[in-house]
Amino acid sequence: MALLANNRAFILFSGLLLVAVIVAISVPVKWVVLWTDALIFALITVILGSGWLVRNKPYLLAPWRRVLKRRLASAALVVLLSYVLIGLLDSVHFREALPPQVGSSEVHYSPHTLSVLDKLLTPIRIQEEKSYSAPFAIHLFSKESTQREDGTTVREYPRLQYGGAHLEDIQQRQTDITHTLLMASSYSLLAWLLLSALIIWIMAQRYSLSYRQQVERLVRGEMELPWRTLLLTLLAVMLFAFVAMMLGVKYHVFGTDKVGQDVLYQTLKSIRTGLVIGTLTTLIMLPFAVVLGVAAGYFRGWIDDTIQYIYTTLNSIPGVLLIAAAVLIMQAYIAGNPELFETMEERADARLFFLCLILGITSWTGLCRLLRGEALKLRELDYVQAAHAFGVPQHKILSSHIFPNVLHIVLITLVLDFSGLVLAEAVLSYVGIGVDPTMHSWGNMINGARLEMAREPMVWWSLMAAFIFMFILVLAANLFADAVRDAFDPRAQH
Amino acid sequence: MIAYIIRRLMYVLPILVGVNILTFALFFVVNTPDDMAHMQLGMKHVTEEAVDNWKAERGYDRPLFYNGEQAGLTTLTDTIFFDNSVRLFVFDFGQSDDGRDIGHDISERMWPSLALAIPTLIIGLLVNLTFAMLMAFFRGSYVDLSGVILCVVLMSISGLFYIIGGQWLVSKILHLVPISGYQPGLDAWKFLILPVIIGVIGGIGSGARWYRTIFLEEIARDYVRTARAKGLGEQMVLFRHVLRNALVPILTGVVVVIPLLFMGSLVMESFFGIPGLGSYTIDAIHKQDFAIVRSMVFLGSVLYIVGLILTDISYTLVDPRIRLN
Repeated sequence: MALLANNRAFILFSGLLLVAVIVAISVPVKWVVLWTDALIFALITVILGSGWLVRNKPYLLAPWRRVLKRRLASAALVVLLSYVLIGLLDSVHFREALPPQVGSSEVHYSPHTLSVLDKLLTPIRIQEEKSYSAPFAIHLFSKESTQREDGTTVREYPRLQYGGAHLEDIQQRQTDITHTLLMASSYSLLAWLLLSALIIWIMAQRYSLSYRQQVERLVRGEMELPWRTLLLTLLAVMLFAFVAMMLGVKYHVFGTDKVGQDVLYQTLKSIRTGLVIGTLTTLIMLPFAVVLGVAAGYFRGWIDDTIQYIYTTLNSIPGVLLIAAAVLIMQAYIAGNPELFETMEERADARLFFLCLILGITSWTGLCRLLRGEALKLRELDYVQAAHAFGVPQHKILSSHIFPNVLHIVLITLVLDFSGLVLAEAVLSYVGIGVDPTMHSWGNMINGARLEMAREPMVWWSLMAAFIFMFILVLAANLFADAVRDAFDPRAQH
Repeated sequence: MIAYIIRRLMYVLPILVGVNILTFALFFVVNTPDDMAHMQLGMKHVTEEAVDNWKAERGYDRPLFYNGEQAGLTTLTDTIFFDNSVRLFVFDFGQSDDGRDIGHDISERMWPSLALAIPTLIIGLLVNLTFAMLMAFFRGSYVDLSGVILCVVLMSISGLFYIIGGQWLVSKILHLVPISGYQPGLDAWKFLILPVIIGVIGGIGSGARWYRTIFLEEIARDYVRTARAKGLGEQMVLFRHVLRNALVPILTGVVVVIPLLFMGSLVMESFFGIPGLGSYTIDAIHKQDFAIVRSMVFLGSVLYIVGLILTDISYTLVDPRIRLN
């Protein structure tokens, strides 16, 4: 049965892959894999692969079950996964083919790299106004001189080109918004009901219960995992998505920024930047930290001294200054070698990748020290000593006795560091040593809006949007990380 | 004790040498003086002559490590490495790109930094301790739970939000204190009070939660059970026994950061326009003034190491079981 189930999953997976490849080839675009894209997909493959490996090992799944049993943690997971989904959609990049020129059969591609998310958000992306406009506004934020048909010039707030342009009478705005809101809510409720029905049906099949019984179990919260919370969080996420999209094509839900770009679009684009910094940074430094930390603790002696010297030295340099120095140097390098990067997006991406690398170099020492301590402890344990006595080779002891037993520390560090790194991005971008100024990121949004603080009335919506999206992501990550730490840290189990 | 400190100082010397070589490599080898000149003077349309002049003014036209044109000891001293890195060991920071004496600037600018950092540290410590004690006193109850949730929420808010929100609310809407600026002397308080409050609030989330964990670990110890068995009340147990023992890890954690207070806070100082070392550094980063950044890197690592030594010493002072060797 298990084999059959595996086969079915395998067929499904390869079928999906085949469809994806066919779609990828048949669309007239040039696919672009940026550096960070490649790493993100490598990360996803690793996660899926390890999920595949532990699927039948109850002792490895047990801590994850403990994580999911916490209602807050599973709600946080749903939120995190929706961020990840947006981030993934934003990580498949391509360049569209330009309309063919007369007399030339050669296909030229647009100098702008787009992502699937850009394509999905096309209406929001291209609806650019002239300048600032408040959320749900139908007029620009500042007055402009316009010429009437009869030749007189008046100072007035001009109508927006897109926001609320469908309204003939501006008095209808309130009713229109309410109407769209209701429509979006009912759509999302409908979609959610369908999805929940499907999930409940699958569960009913699995537990051989009638549909009704399964619904009752779920509503009463008698399932092993908090499915009720999971589904309700999903409803909240779907509600937000439908409302934002349906209102977003008609109005600028979070207003527009200085150059008239929709703030909702910007903040959705910033999600990928935040996720990349939060995950890839730890990932890039992981090999160094693990190898050096375990080696220092296990071999001791001069190896330990050397490694300790390296990390104390790196640690003693103030992190921000090391990052600043490295970023200044990289700026000089990128400016000196413009021919390496075909598009603006590729240049920005190279800088993002480098930033992750530098952040990794400044932050690996903490993990390295933890792993050293753990390896020091483990090498004295009986089973390791026994392996020694039996003449098991060193590399074998390291790979099968030490390494698996420090993995929980690696995992805990990975999730605990995530939220701090997302917040650090904003600060670094403010200091001017963060991501490329052309890249969408919460730090850049805050930095851009900060300069408008002095305006009267204030332009607050960019700040608000960035803070809200960042807050939700970081809060979810913190809650999830706490649950992971409690579940995996043997010290925390009482 | 003195022997220990001397030995420790001998041990930190290689680390400082490492920091020095690393920063030298970053600033002069990876990024050659030619690159620096181009960055300062502009990428294109710069004549070779202008670049040479720029380098000559700063002495960057000399060899990196070994000057063959000189004789005797000057083959080693008349080089970029000696002038820019070895001199740092005697805290001779040289001149910034616009010709000011960095050492003098640092000694002037460290006072505003300290005026901001010390009150933030002390008040923050007291507030966090009180909050953590409260949660530990009501442990397991709804007060504790909501306290922890509040901490997680406070932790999840970007520090920039506290600053921008605080400036907006207190300075722009309520007009209680000026938005930014600084005045030396006693008048500084009205410029400092807002950043101090914001710094304290921004630190509550992670600080109080961490202290709470320490308190709860202490409460689970045997001596607490003994104290209870003696019939001591909860307040007596918490304040006389738990607090005093929990202060060991807390104070030693604080001692590490005390020397680093000199460096100031980059974000706070630049948002509030306080002329301390933090805004000095940020200005240098924006101006791409490598001489200042390099000096601050060196200063920062010296202070970090001082913090480590102070931590060791403070351990022995607060906990007589620990002996230095």
